[in-house]
Amino acid sequence: MQVPHEKRSAFAGLINWFTTIVGRIFISLFTPAITFFVLWRVFLFLRDSDAPQIIIVLVAILWGVGGVALLFVISNWVVEQLPGNWGQRLQPFVFIGPAVVIMGWYLAIPVFRTLVLSFKGSLGQDWIGKGWAIFDNYKFAFTNRIMLETFRNNFLWMVLGTSLSVGFGLLIAVLADRSKFESIYKSIIFMPMAISFVGAGVIWKFVYTYRGKGVGIQEIGLLNAIVLALGGESQPWLNLPPWNNLFLIIIMVWLQTGFAMVVISSAIKGIPAELLEAARIDGANEVQAFFKITIPYIKGTLITVSTTIIIFSLKLFDIVRVMTGGNNGTNVIANEFYLQRFTYGNTGRASAIAIVLLIAVIPVIINNLREFNKDRRAF
Amino acid sequence: MAAGTKGQKHRSTLVVNGVLILICCIWLLPTLGVFITSFRDSQDIFNSGWWAVFPHKEDVEIGEIILDDAVDVNGKISVEGITATFEELREGITLSDGRKLTWLGNKRTRKIVISEQKWVGFTNNLTLENYKDVITGKEITFTDAGGNEILRRGNNLGAAFLNSIAVTVPATIIPILIAAFAAFGFSWLKFPGRDLFFTMIIAILVVPLQISLVPILQDYTKLQLNGTFLGIWLAHTGFGLPLATYLLFNYISTLPRELLEAAYIDGATNFTILFRLILPLSVPSLASFAIFQFLWVWNDYLVSLVFLGEKTRVITYALASIVGEKGQDWHLLTSGAFVSMLLPMAVFFMLQRYFVRGMLAGSVKG
Repeated sequence: MQVPHEKRSAFAGLINWFTTIVGRIFISLFTPAITFFVLWRVFLFLRDSDAPQIIIVLVAILWGVGGVALLFVISNWVVEQLPGNWGQRLQPFVFIGPAVVIMGWYLAIPVFRTLVLSFKGSLGQDWIGKGWAIFDNYKFAFTNRIMLETFRNNFLWMVLGTSLSVGFGLLIAVLADRSKFESIYKSIIFMPMAISFVGAGVIWKFVYTYRGKGVGIQEIGLLNAIVLALGGESQPWLNLPPWNNLFLIIIMVWLQTGFAMVVISSAIKGIPAELLEAARIDGANEVQAFFKITIPYIKGTLITVSTTIIIFSLKLFDIVRVMTGGNNGTNVIANEFYLQRFTYGNTGRASAIAIVLLIAVIPVIINNLREFNKDRRAF
Repeated sequence: MAAGTKGQKHRSTLVVNGVLILICCIWLLPTLGVFITSFRDSQDIFNSGWWAVFPHKEDVEIGEIILDDAVDVNGKISVEGITATFEELREGITLSDGRKLTWLGNKRTRKIVISEQKWVGFTNNLTLENYKDVITGKEITFTDAGGNEILRRGNNLGAAFLNSIAVTVPATIIPILIAAFAAFGFSWLKFPGRDLFFTMIIAILVVPLQISLVPILQDYTKLQLNGTFLGIWLAHTGFGLPLATYLLFNYISTLPRELLEAAYIDGATNFTILFRLILPLSVPSLASFAIFQFLWVWNDYLVSLVFLGEKTRVITYALASIVGEKGQDWHLLTSGAFVSMLLPMAVFFMLQRYFVRGMLAGSVKG
């Protein structure tokens, strides 16, 4: 009587063991499959549906955010189901995998793909030529008249834009430090950081607008009104090369000064009060204290801020695109990239221009890596 | 002596505040002009500058004189007690009682306008029409400066606004979610390739995104992701992830080790530790990045121009196309600009501290 019972229980155990493993594998495969299927159906709905926009928007948000969260939960769950220490070994890749794959796809690998494309023709199919002709896109990027103009303009943006932003930022930070209303002034100067370049473009286009001469025509642009009030003549500011570059740069200064100001301001607050006090007791006046104490003390910050704004002005696109489209001698590198790729459809040249931008930031990349290696002990 | 330094100090405070107020006025003036213009009647915008809404003295017409045919317009003309030539009258002559005579048009009109300096600008013709025109997609008619009736379709910024929300919300949350997992992995888990992957993140931190546009667009064309929300979310996620991972890593890796070890001993899994322990502790860092990414995506023009385009118009794209197509329709441009600034401004004024931190943290983005 006892033997069959034992047999049966062993059999049941086997079945039990079998079903759990199979069941686990089955569920582990089935759940992700269902998830993917549902997500895919919603994607199709979003792409092709004619539902009211508000519904599409809500579904899209829920789907996007929920979908990513769900994928994490499910893949983590699947990994935790794995027998033995496989789960432990694989789990880190569930955590970092999506980030590494996406960054690889969107930024790391495109560096090499763009490099290859920069040696190909306008359609990105065949090599552009044999022998030295392989560098034709780079010949364009470095010697063409259009590109030389963009280099000149980007140089103007970098030098004038950066020095004006940092200069104003420093001035305001130093002055505001001595005022009771510091935070009000600082928020006013910082506010443009919230505005898009397109929005800023509209705001300043209105400042520079020009209506020309004629009976009964009123200048409605602020700049022309001021010039007229001072007895001058109204001008089409954005059509006056090379000065129009300056008027565009002013927009960036307006946007970026707030950034420079906040960073410099916090550096100034870090100067020990005793240091300035000692200088004053030694008979230094405010100007001397500024140049002998403040500036040397915040030198590192000034360099960081300047580098950031230089990189920013190197890649500048929106302002020029919206204000002048790069016409009248205001073209910049990033706009020429856009024109080559999307207006003239020349991927080869566009890629070469993108590589030029990359080359320009390589010193910063090397510096970042070096700094990171220095802090490695913490890693 | 003491009084002297005190007076000096007082004077320098005055100078400091004076200079700052001046700079702040210059900084605010362009935005103020657009803000006021967005509420003005579309006709008024062309007839006077936006500063005309403030009370000021202006020549106001109080009457007119039509010269009869007997008067010789080529010679000296006597009118209202003065004698002047046509040219002088055309320039405008101010009478001793403050009234001003101005010849209107050419010699044949024979019309002189009498005007007087008066305070105006207390009652303005302000309207919400511009906002209605720019937000809705209905057909609108208006008369241009030359008096012609023009019929146009509205700009439908309302729809673009919704699209922007559909792009921005997931494009902010998704990278945070992915970066939180990755930052946790890099901080606390051991696995082969950890150093290599993290070095890659540091290296691509400042890579200009122009590098990616050409190859990614090729992929998108193959995968039919152009113009889809998924496509632009992934693109913004890709471009935002290095910064997000780096920032969150810097924060999470400084959390005390004992905290995690205690949780492990209690039997918590990595997953629960991340959601129950790490993320709640990282709120300041998450908020800074969230605000930065939100603004970056909301204000982005290039990425949406390339990957969404006309198919799914976001707010910056819609505004830029008004600039391109209707560059002189200031009633649409100004109100459109303000619609696009609404959300960022609200974030700026409500969460100013996180806002500043976020902008500083994100300034290195490529």
